[in-house]
Amino acid sequence: MDPRLGTALVVVVGVPLALIGYILGVEQLLRALPGRLQPRVRPWLWLLPALAFLVVFLIYPTLYTLVLSFEDKFARHFVGLANYQYFFSTGDTIGALRNNIVWLVLLTVLAVGGGLLVAVLVDRVRYESVAKSIIFLPLAISFVGAAVIWQFMFAYRPPGTFQTGTLNGLLGSVGVAPVPWLIDAPLNTVALIVVAAWIWTGFCMVILSAALKGISAELLEAARVDGATELQVFRRITLPLLMPTIAVVATTMVITSLKAFDIVYVMTNGAFDTEVIANRMYKELFSFGQPGRASAIAIVLLALIVPVMLLNVRRFRDQEAIR
Amino acid sequence: MSALRRPSMPHPLSGRANRFSRLRLDRLALHGAILLILIVWLLPTLGMLVNSFRPAADVSHTGWWTALSPTAQFTTENYQHVLTRNGLGQAFVNSLFITIPSTIIPITVAAFAAYAFAWMRFPGRDLLFVVVVGLLVVPLQTTLIPILRLFKDAGLAGSFLAVWLAHTGYGLPFAIFLLRNYMGGLPREVFESAAIDGAGPATAFFRLALPMSIPAVAALVIFQFLFVWNDLLVALVYLGAANAANLPLTVLVANLANSLGGEWQFLMAAAFVSMALPLVVFFALQRYFVRGITGGAVKG
Repeated sequence: MDPRLGTALVVVVGVPLALIGYILGVEQLLRALPGRLQPRVRPWLWLLPALAFLVVFLIYPTLYTLVLSFEDKFARHFVGLANYQYFFSTGDTIGALRNNIVWLVLLTVLAVGGGLLVAVLVDRVRYESVAKSIIFLPLAISFVGAAVIWQFMFAYRPPGTFQTGTLNGLLGSVGVAPVPWLIDAPLNTVALIVVAAWIWTGFCMVILSAALKGISAELLEAARVDGATELQVFRRITLPLLMPTIAVVATTMVITSLKAFDIVYVMTNGAFDTEVIANRMYKELFSFGQPGRASAIAIVLLALIVPVMLLNVRRFRDQEAIR
Repeated sequence: MSALRRPSMPHPLSGRANRFSRLRLDRLALHGAILLILIVWLLPTLGMLVNSFRPAADVSHTGWWTALSPTAQFTTENYQHVLTRNGLGQAFVNSLFITIPSTIIPITVAAFAAYAFAWMRFPGRDLLFVVVVGLLVVPLQTTLIPILRLFKDAGLAGSFLAVWLAHTGYGLPFAIFLLRNYMGGLPREVFESAAIDGAGPATAFFRLALPMSIPAVAALVIFQFLFVWNDLLVALVYLGAANAANLPLTVLVANLANSLGGEWQFLMAAAFVSMALPLVVFFALQRYFVRGITGGAVKG
């Protein structure tokens, strides 16, 4: 028997039991306190395990990365902004940043636009749930699996030989020369983004579809009775009402595209000008042994995400105000 | 969009028969468009599924669509090969070892915190929760280097424990967020009358809040399970370099993709092995999965 099974069992059963024991112990202890103090101390003791994890695994490392980004590769000497200077003056890293911006725009447009289109279309047919499952399916498999699947879609052989890739096979059947999808820049970055869009369209669709169901049918019917065409109903009523939800999925896609890693790592590993920030950071850390530069890249990534974070917080506060 | 145009007012100039045929044409275009989208979405996966059952010689010389001819040959050899010789069976077990604790621990930790956020009053509560909302989007990348050093110093690099701890930390903000929103939406009267009957917070949590939040917990279990099972980066960084024996399926498949060169048939079979469990989970529990996503994102 695998000895690791024992450890896993202890953890799976032991950790929840220990946590339950902790809470019950806390309640016992609180009884010893004066009644007035109990409600003040209790919340903090209940939050303690979660806060400990958040501090150790998210807050402290983020601050430490910030410090590392100002140090040399041995994390010994302060080097000021040298790592950032490197990031903003090297062709490869600027290329990665540029590609991430292409990802951000294109993936957001494709996934949100595609998700909206599918949500609106399938809303009108009886096999809606089956159709939605099919579009949603890629989200359940790993990005690694999706990348492997699409490597065979994009497979390329020199002209004149038999094409094994689906896309080049299709092109060949109508007499068009095969295209080196993953080699020619900037087409290859677009090809990688298409893979991401194939995965994330289902996510956008599910959320937009839920919001679509929330729009009152009477409202739409009233507009139709007044003579509005379907296109007018969509543009003047459905779209404005969906806007808040579109904003939510769009911000999710913005974060997704900034963090893009798996697909690039598996399909091209950044070759032929397809590099992105997250993959470059991985290379700096593990291939080039440059933790300082890798940290600076991570901080740049974080800085790009901060506006979205502030937006999320504001939206959350607005919603809490209505609750 | 013209497919969507569905006149519901009789056009003064068009006759009844004309209107009907117009309507049927629009419906036909709608079905056609949906069908086309569905085919495009299924084709990549279907093509690779067919290919993974073809002999090596066929895979390297012809497209998967040639297998539609009646003379095509099929084999399970690729699957036998990857399961026995590429260590895929072991990687499957590793993925389970990594995923199950990494799903259970964060949700348990989050449940207590979510209850405190939802039903206890204390100074700084709202500010603290806003921090959790902010942490939702912090990229893993900014935490990798310090945590890797922490694990190395503690002798944990390459061990399952390292990955369990890391996934717990990374999964917590979303788990707390989702559960707090769900628990906060439970009827106040239930908790008030329990308090009047003398139930303490622990009783209220175990007897009321937790059982009533089972739908949210179920959604979270599926979500976290798929997230961890499909994760590449965390496993690559905390396990990859230090301990090859503990690698999960995603890392193995990614390594195969980078190194196999000509042996594509094995890569395809390996990729499908890695997808098998998430697909089963997805189809069996789809409803909860969707609820988890919409509950988390639309509310947030």
